[in-house]
Amino acid sequence: MKAKAFKQPPALRTLSSLFIILWLFLAAFPFLWTLWGSFKVELDLFSKADWTNAITGARTIAEHGSAFTGNGYEGAWVQEEFWKAVINTALVCFFVVTISLTIGTLGGYALSRSQFRYTFWLLITALIFRAMPPITLVSGYLLPFFEWNLWGILPTTIVVLVAINQPFTLWMLHSFFQKIPKELDESAKVDGCSQFQAFRHVIIPVMWPGVITTGLFSFLLAYNDFAVTSMLLSKENQTMVPKIYSFLGTTQTEGNVMFAVAAVVSATAPLFVLVMFFQRQIVSGLTQGAVKG
Amino acid sequence: MLLFIALPIISVVTQSLFTPHEQVLEVVENCGPFGCKETTTVNQEATQKLRDAKPLGKFAGLDIYFDRGHLAVNEVSEAWKTRTDMSDFFNALRNLPFYRAMGFTLTHTFTVTPLLIILGFIIAVAVNSLHRHLKGLAIFFSLLPMIVTPLIGSLILFWMVDSRGIVGNALQWLFSDPTLSLKASTGYTWIMLIVYGVWHSAPFAFVVFYAGLQTLPQDTLESSMIDGASRWQQIRYVVIPHIMPLVTFVALIQLMDNFRVFESIVGFSAQAHATSLSWIIFNDLGGETRALSSAAATSVLTILGVAILLSPVLVRTWQDFKVKQ
Repeated sequence: MKAKAFKQPPALRTLSSLFIILWLFLAAFPFLWTLWGSFKVELDLFSKADWTNAITGARTIAEHGSAFTGNGYEGAWVQEEFWKAVINTALVCFFVVTISLTIGTLGGYALSRSQFRYTFWLLITALIFRAMPPITLVSGYLLPFFEWNLWGILPTTIVVLVAINQPFTLWMLHSFFQKIPKELDESAKVDGCSQFQAFRHVIIPVMWPGVITTGLFSFLLAYNDFAVTSMLLSKENQTMVPKIYSFLGTTQTEGNVMFAVAAVVSATAPLFVLVMFFQRQIVSGLTQGAVKG
Repeated sequence: MLLFIALPIISVVTQSLFTPHEQVLEVVENCGPFGCKETTTVNQEATQKLRDAKPLGKFAGLDIYFDRGHLAVNEVSEAWKTRTDMSDFFNALRNLPFYRAMGFTLTHTFTVTPLLIILGFIIAVAVNSLHRHLKGLAIFFSLLPMIVTPLIGSLILFWMVDSRGIVGNALQWLFSDPTLSLKASTGYTWIMLIVYGVWHSAPFAFVVFYAGLQTLPQDTLESSMIDGASRWQQIRYVVIPHIMPLVTFVALIQLMDNFRVFESIVGFSAQAHATSLSWIIFNDLGGETRALSSAAATSVLTILGVAILLSPVLVRTWQDFKVKQ
């Protein structure tokens, strides 16, 4: 219950509410607009004549008989084989998250229980990797990959993404592990657990929130990456983001931007669901580094 | 892990020192019925052999760093010598790809970062005063611009500001200029990219500041009120000092992120008006030719830039670390 003295005067209250509404509009409107527009034909979404066409779908009705059409989706998913890219993305994300978390939990646990102070160096590498554009590393990877004939396939990309992601994962899990008191391990060992059993049966169950948060961020990295995937994958193995980018090249000449719009909506939808379910974890993950300073 | 961190950097540095082999030329004397003629042909076999033997190319030292595509030492000194005034010199610089990209990257970094911190702070303060049930919803929608894939987010906005899209249309109507196109002019393109940058990263600042506001000591706030501080004074003298460490943190992270601006340029197809260092690398790598050594040189320069940007932070972390021990 807030004290009366903290109550805002009505003028300030309206002002701040108006501001929030404006910001939420700015944040959400582009997505809603694109979602709505993806069911229209191109002449409606990009209307020269009258912008209200995009809402009412005048041209769409003229062409398809109803205000909504799934043509864009059909074109993207079936004709341009977007589903292949979706499967590739799923594979890449799955493996990147699993491998990062496996190495990250084991490594982070070991580091946090070790006597030597790795923290500083870990932090520094995590920081440097965060700061370096991934594409600078990609140019280093390309030539050896061409030489060894590893270019263009999914496993290579997964390995590279894991490597780029790893310092960050390690650092994040490490700070989660440090919050778990050492006494917990010790009491498990007193009860007759081996070191590994202590880790498996005592630490991991306590760790779930941290593991989920870190996993989310690894997932986002793999899902959102454009620089690495577009450079290291051949055309048949593309994931969603480079695929959408390649749509732009081919479809604009055919005058069918709607494929790309539909693909963009399809790629955004999982992220929406993700934010909806894991909002708390994302927020805590983002602030964790900050609040600790 | 070390393997994947250290090796690519070494590989980048080595690659940047080499250039591709030139084709092996041969002078062949063709003697026909009309006398002998000397022709120069490319010896494909020898070229291929050379390329296979040394895939890196021939050693070029630092030449690539100084050529026209990168630091352009000759061109810069030339421009410096022939300059009439400073603006002339800067105009000359702007024609060199590296300095053009550098110009945009730095402008982008140093305008977006302060703007997004201010915007994020205002949103955080406003959301904090909302009713408990509305907060969750507000946070959900605020997170979206940040979580969405940068390329996709910029594409969505790009379609909206298209001269046939809704925002583009609205602007044309607002300025009653039916030929107005944001894509056509350099100034507008820069503004568009900066607005996108702020839109994309403000949620991050918001979330961090919002978390900071939750830990705000109520006692201090109350005592400041008893001392007669106005609402503005409370924010100025209590709230802002409390979240100052967070501002430094956000500024640091965002400086790094905005320095590597790349996806938005691709998404807005703004390469004609604005390029960044990352985009140059992407362009070098992606073309038909795969100019690996040129890309590698730019990468090294970018890494150096990042290092300069990071150095104050690294020094501070090192000092903190020493104190802790």
